[in-house]
Amino acid sequence: MQSIYQKAARLLSTVSVAALGLAGAAQADTLRLLTWGGYAPEDVVAMFEKETGHTVEVTLSNNEEMIAKLRATRGGGFDLAQPSQDRIAGPQAEFGIYKPIDLSKIDAGQFIGSMLEATKTNTTVDGEVYGVPHVWGTSGLVVDTAKAGSVKDYTDLCNADVAGKVSYRLKRPTLIGFGYAMGLDPFAAYGDEAAYKEVIDQVEAKLIDCKANVKTYWGGGDELMGLLRSGEVVASMAWDTGGWKLNADNPDITFVAPASGALGWIDTFVLPAKGKADDAAYDWINFVMRPEIAAKITDAAGNFTASKGADEYVSADLKARYQASFPPEAVDNIKWYPPVPAGLEMIEGAALDRVKAAN
Amino acid sequence: MTPQDLEIQNLTKKFDAFTAVDDVSFSVPAGSFFSILGPSGCGKTTIMRMVAGFIDPTSGDIRIKGRSVLDTPPNKRPVNMVFQHLALFPMMNIAENIGYGLRRKGVAKDEITRKVGEVLERIGLPDIGQRKVDELSGGQKQRVAIARCMVLEPDVLLLDEPLGALDLKLREHMKVELKTLQAAFDTTFVYITHDQSEALVMSDQIAVMNHGRFEQVGTGQELYYRPQSAFVAGFVGDSNRWRGKVTRAKAGQLQIITEAGLTMTGNNHRRDLSVGDAADIYVRPEAIRISRSADDLAQFENKMSGTVASLLFNGAASRLILKTESGEEIEVTLPQSGEFAGVGRGDTLHFGWSGEQANSFAASEDFTQVYQ
Amino acid sequence: MRAGSKLGFILLFTPLVLWLGLLIIIPHIDMFLISIRERIGVGKYDTSLANYLTFFGEPLYMLTFARTALMSVLATALTLVIGFPVAFYIAKIAKGRLQSALFLLCLVPFWVSELVRTFGWMILLRETGVFSNLLQWVGLADQPVEMLYNDVAMMVGLVYTSMLFMVVPLITTMESLDDSVIEAGYDLGGNGMSVMREIVIPHAMPGIVSGSIVVFMLSLGNYLTPTMLGGKDSLWFTELIYSQFIVRFNWELGAAFGFMLLLLSSIIVWGTLKLSGQTLEKTMG
Repeated sequence: MQSIYQKAARLLSTVSVAALGLAGAAQADTLRLLTWGGYAPEDVVAMFEKETGHTVEVTLSNNEEMIAKLRATRGGGFDLAQPSQDRIAGPQAEFGIYKPIDLSKIDAGQFIGSMLEATKTNTTVDGEVYGVPHVWGTSGLVVDTAKAGSVKDYTDLCNADVAGKVSYRLKRPTLIGFGYAMGLDPFAAYGDEAAYKEVIDQVEAKLIDCKANVKTYWGGGDELMGLLRSGEVVASMAWDTGGWKLNADNPDITFVAPASGALGWIDTFVLPAKGKADDAAYDWINFVMRPEIAAKITDAAGNFTASKGADEYVSADLKARYQASFPPEAVDNIKWYPPVPAGLEMIEGAALDRVKAAN
Repeated sequence: MTPQDLEIQNLTKKFDAFTAVDDVSFSVPAGSFFSILGPSGCGKTTIMRMVAGFIDPTSGDIRIKGRSVLDTPPNKRPVNMVFQHLALFPMMNIAENIGYGLRRKGVAKDEITRKVGEVLERIGLPDIGQRKVDELSGGQKQRVAIARCMVLEPDVLLLDEPLGALDLKLREHMKVELKTLQAAFDTTFVYITHDQSEALVMSDQIAVMNHGRFEQVGTGQELYYRPQSAFVAGFVGDSNRWRGKVTRAKAGQLQIITEAGLTMTGNNHRRDLSVGDAADIYVRPEAIRISRSADDLAQFENKMSGTVASLLFNGAASRLILKTESGEEIEVTLPQSGEFAGVGRGDTLHFGWSGEQANSFAASEDFTQVYQ
Repeated sequence: MRAGSKLGFILLFTPLVLWLGLLIIIPHIDMFLISIRERIGVGKYDTSLANYLTFFGEPLYMLTFARTALMSVLATALTLVIGFPVAFYIAKIAKGRLQSALFLLCLVPFWVSELVRTFGWMILLRETGVFSNLLQWVGLADQPVEMLYNDVAMMVGLVYTSMLFMVVPLITTMESLDDSVIEAGYDLGGNGMSVMREIVIPHAMPGIVSGSIVVFMLSLGNYLTPTMLGGKDSLWFTELIYSQFIVRFNWELGAAFGFMLLLLSSIIVWGTLKLSGQTLEKTMG
């Protein structure tokens, strides 16, 4: 039985929610954006603020930290985040840190259709879509072709002729890349923990074997750039943009898509569960996906976006480097990361710890 | 001549342009108590630190029992030092403190225990071996600091104003005790202080030091009765001082007229003063006799009268300030024999002193200096 | 107690209680609760000691911890050996402006962040770095020398980072030692060695112990220096904790590691205090 007070209270709250909603739509918001370096260049932020009246606060981070931050606040503190598409479904199922995307508020026409569909599929949990694509790129090898011409695939980093002059990260892309280079198929084993463990065990043995060849495991992009630029390292696992950046300074150094295939990633837009400025977030997504804006981001970050037609606006230099690194068959050979099932990271983590401890 | 325990020859120490010790020589015979008395900054601590070996002299020699110790480091010199704040080792108990030097010498353990026990016995504190330093009273610490040195049987013991930190009563008591300890250990003590009473009470010989030089070396009596310089006269004991001009000098007697016009007569004590010289005259308050009648003072060369301007009551050391007709103020000791019990402000008294008791010096800057 | 003074008491202690409660006690309780959770399925957890069992069951984790503790002890010992003469010089030998200038020199590295300091060492030690070039220029080496990415480089970094925290307590305790006590030590027959051993070191003991505890904790909890200077072989316990929390999303194991670090380092500090005969009150007071 409902008392009159309860009815009145319900009515009152409905009215006030409506009022708040109206006020929210009318007024400018602050968009707290958790993203990667280069994804929100200052000029783009300034244009967005001028056009919409919103203010943007940018926090730079990486995949792991983004998820750790959102997990610590249970999805609060930010209004829009940009983790990779393989890192959405797992954490969402486990920690519930995102909220579904209202696709009706997204201008789908601005996206490259196939990429949008693929991302939607990969980020669907319980029938709800949690992510739309933004920037994509690959990781492979950055090689000084004059000094390490023999390096064509990940496993070539263990060759004797580059001993002591190679580097890679002690992170999951290395495990997966080495797996493919060794003729295994890690992504196919994603669904089966036992099979995946077998793959990782073999990779672990290879990495322990290869450890003496490695100068150091790099941790941050700047560290790697320093190592390659000084010539202390002549071949390394790295992102494509890093190679292209170095190529501008030294034509010998460039990004090489490995023979077994570059690993493709897509960074997305997701809404944190406790985000407070969803409208501003949608405004931002639709704004940066405009081809001319997306091209600006490509110029700043070095990576291409999922924006349809943005290529035309991108600088000729970057296009040339991209085409040199990715002949058409290499593009077809890109291995796109599927969503990581929860639990696999434990297997990978234990393997990486053992590699680090090995002598 | 048998070598003295400590001989200092033409010792000089310069710090850059400043001369802290200027060509000082003295010697201390075995078993005696020698004090160096002077205001702070006079260079007495520098002498002591040179003897101990913490500072190297610029020139001159230091001999102990006839042997020069200039090339001997402080830890090998046969002298030990009692520091101003005693410098007992707070991390050790009393027995360890006293045994420290013996351990350094490599003396056997049971021998150390025996010697430490003995020396504690001698300073009258046999049961404090296991106590901590901060559990002792000021006087006990003092005795332990001396015992810590004496257990090593040094040729010379140096003491750097060790009573300075004690309160007045205890200081009076320790003066006597130090003298007793020195006699008991029969060791040469060299004691530095700025406190004339400490030096006068304990010492066999006192050197008065000023501006890096010794002004006078002698017994307490000599310094007190026959100061050889205006500085010593001013520094040891109190004095009434006048500046004036010598108007007559004959057969060892001087007549001096002060700036205020008083005429005084005094012995020249074989100092070279002649008519017309500017001179300072020092007369101790306790050398002046007061009387209610002028007749009692007939035997004195100097006779005056004045009214009591104020009475400074301080028990045995009470003084009167008398004002002469010409307006001069003179400090005199108030005898406590009962004769002057009723004296008060405004009373007229006669006073006088013998020329023998006055000390006259050629005018010097020490006249205006006030110490202590 | 009158109302006024009671209010004053409350006002005085509120910040302390808030600080202790909000920033230390509650997070630790929360961490402990996380550490005794076991993930049994997607988003499902059970209370168990599984994470602690993992720590003891996997030799790698114990090994990493033992290595971290040993290296931290070594770094502490080296810092003490290098810092003690420095502190003695500053506190007892240098005078006036030289004294403050030297003390300032010890502080200068701390005007920049730890990251910058570590990068500084990387610039010095790397294969194309300053030392390597210097050695080649002098003729002591005929090809570039890599001095980075090994335990020695890591040790250098740890000692450098910790030096101030050793030198400051040492200077403080040594300054409280009256110069005349040292002189008395010499005067009574001691030489440099025995004065150090019997007088200066016993006096400085509280400073030595408190400096060592701080340096040990700092080294044990350091993350940047071991990872960046130690390179591929660094293997530091904090790195394990970081990767469990951030990279692996395994907060449960990370929290258990954190608690083991807290527990084991407390045991080491307690043991050191017992062995040196010092108490926490004495060294921190």
